[in-house]
Amino acid sequence: MSLLRIEDLRVTFQTGDGPVNAVNGVSLDINAGETLAIVGESGSGKSQTAFAVMGLLARNGAATGKALWEGEDLLSMPQKELNKIRSREISMIFQDPMTSLNPYMRISDQMTEVLMLHKGLTKSAAVKEAIGLLDAVKIPDAANRIGMYPHEFSGGMRQRIMIAMSLLCSPRLLIADEPTTALDVTVQAQIMELLGEVRKEFGTAVILITHDLGIVAGFCDRTLVMYGGQIMEEGTTENVFAKASHPYTLGLMKAVPRLDRAQDKLDTIAGEPPDMSRLPKGCPFSPRCDRKLDNCMAEKPALVNFADGRRRACHIDWKEFA
Amino acid sequence: MLSYIVRRLAIAIPTILILIVLSFILMFAAPGGPFNSERPLPPQVLANIQAKYGLDQPYWKQIVNYVWNVVAHFDFGPSFKYKDRSVNDIIAQGFPVTLTYGFWSFIVATVVGITLGVVAAIRHNTWLDYFAVGISIGAQSLPNFVMAPILVLVFTLYLGWLPGGGWNGGQIEYLVLPVIALSTSYFASIARIMRSSMLEVLNAGFIRTARAKGLPMSRVIIRHALKPALLPLLSYLGPAFVGMITGSVIIDVYFSTGGIGQFFVNSAFNRDYSVMMGITILVGVLTILFNLVVDLLYAWIDPKIRY
Amino acid sequence: MFPSKQTADALVQAANDAEVKGRSLWRDAAIRFRRNRAAVVALCVLGLIAAFALFGQLFAQWSNEEIDWSIMGAIAQKGAPSIANGHYFGADELGRDLYARVVQGTGISIMVGMVGSFVAVMVGTLYGAVAGYSGGRTDNIMMRIVDILMSIPFMFVLILLLVIFGRSITMLFVGIGLISWLDMARIARGQTLSIKNKEFVEAAVATGVSPMRIILRHIVPNLLGIVVVYATLLIPGLIMTESFISFLGLGIQEPQTSLGALISAGAKQMRFGVIWQLLFPLGFFLVTLYAFFFVGDGLRDALDPKDR
Repeated sequence: MSLLRIEDLRVTFQTGDGPVNAVNGVSLDINAGETLAIVGESGSGKSQTAFAVMGLLARNGAATGKALWEGEDLLSMPQKELNKIRSREISMIFQDPMTSLNPYMRISDQMTEVLMLHKGLTKSAAVKEAIGLLDAVKIPDAANRIGMYPHEFSGGMRQRIMIAMSLLCSPRLLIADEPTTALDVTVQAQIMELLGEVRKEFGTAVILITHDLGIVAGFCDRTLVMYGGQIMEEGTTENVFAKASHPYTLGLMKAVPRLDRAQDKLDTIAGEPPDMSRLPKGCPFSPRCDRKLDNCMAEKPALVNFADGRRRACHIDWKEFA
Repeated sequence: MLSYIVRRLAIAIPTILILIVLSFILMFAAPGGPFNSERPLPPQVLANIQAKYGLDQPYWKQIVNYVWNVVAHFDFGPSFKYKDRSVNDIIAQGFPVTLTYGFWSFIVATVVGITLGVVAAIRHNTWLDYFAVGISIGAQSLPNFVMAPILVLVFTLYLGWLPGGGWNGGQIEYLVLPVIALSTSYFASIARIMRSSMLEVLNAGFIRTARAKGLPMSRVIIRHALKPALLPLLSYLGPAFVGMITGSVIIDVYFSTGGIGQFFVNSAFNRDYSVMMGITILVGVLTILFNLVVDLLYAWIDPKIRY
Repeated sequence: MFPSKQTADALVQAANDAEVKGRSLWRDAAIRFRRNRAAVVALCVLGLIAAFALFGQLFAQWSNEEIDWSIMGAIAQKGAPSIANGHYFGADELGRDLYARVVQGTGISIMVGMVGSFVAVMVGTLYGAVAGYSGGRTDNIMMRIVDILMSIPFMFVLILLLVIFGRSITMLFVGIGLISWLDMARIARGQTLSIKNKEFVEAAVATGVSPMRIILRHIVPNLLGIVVVYATLLIPGLIMTESFISFLGLGIQEPQTSLGALISAGAKQMRFGVIWQLLFPLGFFLVTLYAFFFVGDGLRDALDPKDR
């Protein structure tokens, strides 16, 4: 049985301008110890997928479908049960370490409350364990600095603290939502390296949500590409990168700057991300697709499984991409 | 922290001095002295009286004497109207009363206001939220001088439950109506401020983190959201405190509670300047001290403030 | 990432479209204001109240000073509101027509609010703009003065002023206006600081326009939006202040009256079964206050959309 299985997940927000469909029927599996990348532009619904699983949607949002954690549906679970899974089984790292730590609480209090709640540790034991984890994520002088407030740390340090905090209860799944987007490029590399290390050390499965294909390669076993709240393509990272079989994936790959060949300018995908309150009837990518066929606008392509473990949703014959 | 307090005091003290000097100058700018009545006093009597109160001395000397007496001895001098009473006597009689119902009004306003605001924010867009918003919009335009007669009309004249005035040593039934009248418009404002700041905090990233940690919602609110949500409220507490002290004038006059407000208004009608000045200065000092407390609370809640 | 991003993009798009059509800030605000139903209703109510204060006297059967001797001594029985004897709102304890008195009181209360607000906004805006534009030490000293004045209990000082210089309506205007300019000064200074560095001000400085002229011609007009909002929200506050003082009997003097003075009289008389003497002035007082609050809120939302 897979660790987490999402079936036909849909997320809808009620807004002043009518309902907005952020996620439209996403299904995926992740096994213990596996790493999965969810890739897409802003507004593709990748973060909302994660928030829905964790029960963290904004107040005006609602999720339907199933998110089965070892067979138990997280979406229909009572809050009290869900709280036992949050952080203990699944924990999450957020995009902006500047805002995701409470600026009015000491790091020690923010870390120990997790241990005291989930593991029933005493305060002093919890502090000891928290310091150990801060050491593990290479916070220098952790024993002294644990009493400080978040604003006394740099952005990269704060993200390290977030990672340490998410690992306190040795969760089996870590969801990292754009963990490096808000950081400097040099710090990004360090954080990714750290994530790789702790993943190996703790044997945690990781869902890495990102718009940056550059950090996916070499980190994730599988890659899933989303657009307009739907899955466009999924496969092993190797396959998706080397033999992309979807126009959108190809577009994304072209938009990554490369060092190994001369480029005058960066390719971009023409057009803007879709308006989620008015998605086209057919393939959501069709208005921007440069290879669209006659039926792309009208008919939604089905997500089809292929022999090499790949899934894709596109009307164009996959052989054309070979 | 200590140096921060000292620095704040260093600003507060000149402010108090300016207040004293300002009110003193105002008094002397008044056309006609305090002893000019309809029946002119014989010149000799007037001179004697002026000598007794030190009014025959040059202005600068009077100011210095007054300030010195206030600062060094907390002595506001004699009342110009009641020959046998000093301003200190009057304050000593009225101030405990004002302090008693003022304290309870402040407690009621903050506790009710914060609770209402937090509940409305947590239950955003439910009937409870609409109810709380409705109440606070309605109550915001009900100042104490409107509440006081309405309360007496309902609870004294029609229902006959509570006395419509008097103090009686501060017994609870004499305390209820003044406290409600004084706190209504303030709990309404506090509820509105609290609701909007709580709504903003609940949308913050660190609240999402706290929920992702698996903390129960009650703990998320109390441990993570309450402190930052209280910050905008703090800056309102200063003005609210001043408003309540000011409002005590209405309470004292309408309910005959016998606090300093009553003496202030009486002395206003009697042109008893020394009592008016004494009370004004007392209230000013209280205001400054209260603002100091608020500043210190700020520094305590917000770790980003450096003292 | 969030769906509101799309909404925001749509808004930006709409704003860009609007700009293309050349909509000014004020027309934009007018459109937003008109969409706010509560504010529009409140504005209509204010219009009605203003009409009542201005023309209400035309429909009165009695003047505000006339005493109806026929009901004297039996106000509680004969002075109740009635169309027949011409006392639409009843009579007060002296046998005067309450309708005429409420018309007069409403007018004076609104006038005190508006004049006081005007004084406060003028003084505050100029002071704040000068402080903000000067910057440096001048700014520091000017704002420190505001800080000091803010911690003075002004209601007490105002009463002191009224007692010392005599209770006149002019003194009330000036006093109320003078205690309310401090907040405006702070707001105006903050806005000036951000306007000061805009190109058009720099251009004016470069062409040698005098500082006072820059403040009056370039800074103040750009503060107008926030000034209008603050002034509108200040009016009900000042009506309350005036009513507060009149309630104590230290404000408006007979034969003139204000809503606060009428409420005060009504509150004193209500034990004698003349409840209308409290309810009519109180009703007009509350409706006026609510109307001003809603109009002010509507204006703030319309002129400062980022605040929503």
